Amino acid sequence: MARKASTTRRKTTKVDKDQIKKYYRDMLLIRRFEEKAGQIYGMGLIGGFCHLYIGQEAVVVGMQSTISATDAVITSYRDHGHMLACGMEAKGVMAELTGREGGYSKGKGGSMHMFSKEKNFYGGHGIVGACVPLGTGLAFSQKYKNTGDVTLCYMGDGTVNQGQVYESFNMAELWSLPVVYVIENNEYAMGTSVKRASAQTELFRRGESFNVPGEQVDGMDVFAVAEAGRKAVEWAKSGKGPYILEMKTYRYRGHSMSDPAKYRSKEEVNKKRAESDPIERVREKLLNEKVYTEDQLKEIDRDVKAIVAEAVQFAQDSPEPHPDELYTDIVI
Amino acid sequence: MPTEILMPALSPTMTEGKLARWMVSEGDTVASGDVLAEIETDKATMEVEAVDEGTIGRILIDGDTDNVAVNTPIALLLEEGEEASALDGYSASAGVSTPVTDAPAEAATISQVVIESTGDAYDASGEIPAGTEMVKTSVREALRDAMAEEMRSDDRVFVMGEEVAEYQGAYKVTQGLLDEFGNRRVIDTPITEHGFAGIGVGAAFHGLRPIVEFMTFNFAMQAIDQIVNSAAKTRYMSGGQMESPIVFRGPNGAASRVGAQHSQCYASWYAHVPGLIVVAPHTAADAKGLLKSAIRNPNPVVFLENEMLYGQTFDVPVMDDFTVPLGKAKVARKGDDVTIVSFGMGMRYSLEAAEKLAEEGINAEVIDLRTIRPLDMDTALASVRKTNRCVTVEEGWPQHGIGAELGTQIMEKAFDYLDAPVTRVTGKDVPMPYAANLEKLALPNVQDVIDAVKSVTYRS
Repeated sequence: MARKASTTRRKTTKVDKDQIKKYYRDMLLIRRFEEKAGQIYGMGLIGGFCHLYIGQEAVVVGMQSTISATDAVITSYRDHGHMLACGMEAKGVMAELTGREGGYSKGKGGSMHMFSKEKNFYGGHGIVGACVPLGTGLAFSQKYKNTGDVTLCYMGDGTVNQGQVYESFNMAELWSLPVVYVIENNEYAMGTSVKRASAQTELFRRGESFNVPGEQVDGMDVFAVAEAGRKAVEWAKSGKGPYILEMKTYRYRGHSMSDPAKYRSKEEVNKKRAESDPIERVREKLLNEKVYTEDQLKEIDRDVKAIVAEAVQFAQDSPEPHPDELYTDIVI
Repeated sequence: MPTEILMPALSPTMTEGKLARWMVSEGDTVASGDVLAEIETDKATMEVEAVDEGTIGRILIDGDTDNVAVNTPIALLLEEGEEASALDGYSASAGVSTPVTDAPAEAATISQVVIESTGDAYDASGEIPAGTEMVKTSVREALRDAMAEEMRSDDRVFVMGEEVAEYQGAYKVTQGLLDEFGNRRVIDTPITEHGFAGIGVGAAFHGLRPIVEFMTFNFAMQAIDQIVNSAAKTRYMSGGQMESPIVFRGPNGAASRVGAQHSQCYASWYAHVPGLIVVAPHTAADAKGLLKSAIRNPNPVVFLENEMLYGQTFDVPVMDDFTVPLGKAKVARKGDDVTIVSFGMGMRYSLEAAEKLAEEGINAEVIDLRTIRPLDMDTALASVRKTNRCVTVEEGWPQHGIGAELGTQIMEKAFDYLDAPVTRVTGKDVPMPYAANLEKLALPNVQDVIDAVKSVTYRS
């Protein structure tokens, strides 16, 4: 059932030029947004936990390109990239990071707890594993209402050792729920490598005993991600039930901002960045295939930077929530 | 204008650190992501990465400098096209001001919690119009009827849990529902509480109205993370954008001779959590009316039933749409000498004790809380102001129990009215024993309530 496939993409796949441009821009926005978030965290504008997505951009950008606006998305706490890729505004996300009224949760959620009903983004969940039954429940509702939609349920390589993940796999297959489980395997659950945490390190095989098909994908290659994503989404939408995609990816930064990252070598990180950066790959392709000139790419860079700069400004100008907000939104 | 590179904070608590060494020199070109310097804190050595690209114009603080305050400019970056002359006349700015976090003066005007206190006792007599036909119904049937009525009127309502469909319910509460509504809406789950509770919450996020049955609330401990962290907190964490209209229901507390792991009262556990509504009915009418309200409520509701009450019959009104409001207690028996406050199974002991006490000339007023959160203190306090004495009755453990909360609030809000200390009757502070005689000793009984009332009324 499980396949260790699509680590190399078929060369024949045609990707439309507008799509490549969008991949580049969307990934760059996440990269620049996260770099800026890291910087203003250092300035004390963001508190608490802040988990950056730098390095993993191809996963969410590739996967989101395979679904439509009515499909649902849910993830764990490394969620800023997912929100941007769902079309949520950089301003609202950044203002939530700074705990301001203009944030998506009015400043009451923070980095790990943001939602957008409008964009069908269901969080942002801080307890590792919790988003998997929740995402399965979204798919349950899609099937119950017969909407024809799918849920993308993202999780990390740390999540896959939580029991509720398997409770969900079981019921999703039992009830043929339209859910694609996207395991973002960035090799480290906080400071513990997959090898030290998982008896079965081929995570795409984790659904085997429930008959959930799985596939391993080069998560640093946005084209490979999108191709595998399309197949999995089609599978789920056609009523065949859940599908697991293991995305082999890598985070360049620490687990959170206060992670000295002693569990891996600097050489390892640099090698990954140099050899397989997802944005560089697309950039090269855009130049090689003469979709863009260097100057045009610079213009995109400038546009993206301007969006991020505006977000940072908004996140500082937006007031802190009114004290009355302490007691609102509990029960109605 | 050259860009200032600031000393970063690498954790929420870091205020200063050592700038250990520079990895770049003046004149070097850098791109975002390049390592500029290493800083040391008491915990670790960490790297400072460039965010903007450009040329290092000037290093303001040398390597190997201790105690560099967070947000101090440590270098200047020249952006593309910017001349070195831009550095002339640079003077360190005051740095970035951190946001003001002191609560402003208007904090004193914070609005009340959603359930407003009116100060008046609730009058439940209007719930059932005079002359309404009543029919003897068991609590079990009343609960089933409530679910069936709500499922008939709202397709979003479904019930899921272990043995709820084909087996017709482990305690037969869902009897007949599969036949009427089919397996799309009456769903047998595997034994997987954590998983199906989470699936229920996800479905509620997406607009359905799930009823999740736990075979008993003892098993819901496996799912409590989803109940508390996912269902109860999401409205708040989303700034009011999301909601989880879901009912978690099933038998709570001790049954009979089922041992410690199957005999626990969770009323105070869930009542502790902002964002949850907690209900624990005693009578069949309240079970029906409250469950219908719970299913329609936009908040997560924990609905605590009791296996010992399932078979007991009470009068239930014959009405098209009988509901009981959440958050309102009921005066189950009127009296002037002492107030007994209880809920669920505790009401059986309380009412029986009140009858016996009446024979001795002590008229107890018995208040059935019905909802544990929000707690209808108005009704309890109005009674205590009249009787000046209060006994609380519950099957749960004493420490941090419902009685502890009632006692505290009565002390805070009606201290001057009290003629005796508020006294608790609770389950004993032990895991539930199996042996028949020990189990009997562990649970509260009618005599315990009588003794407590006599102690607060100073009778012997």
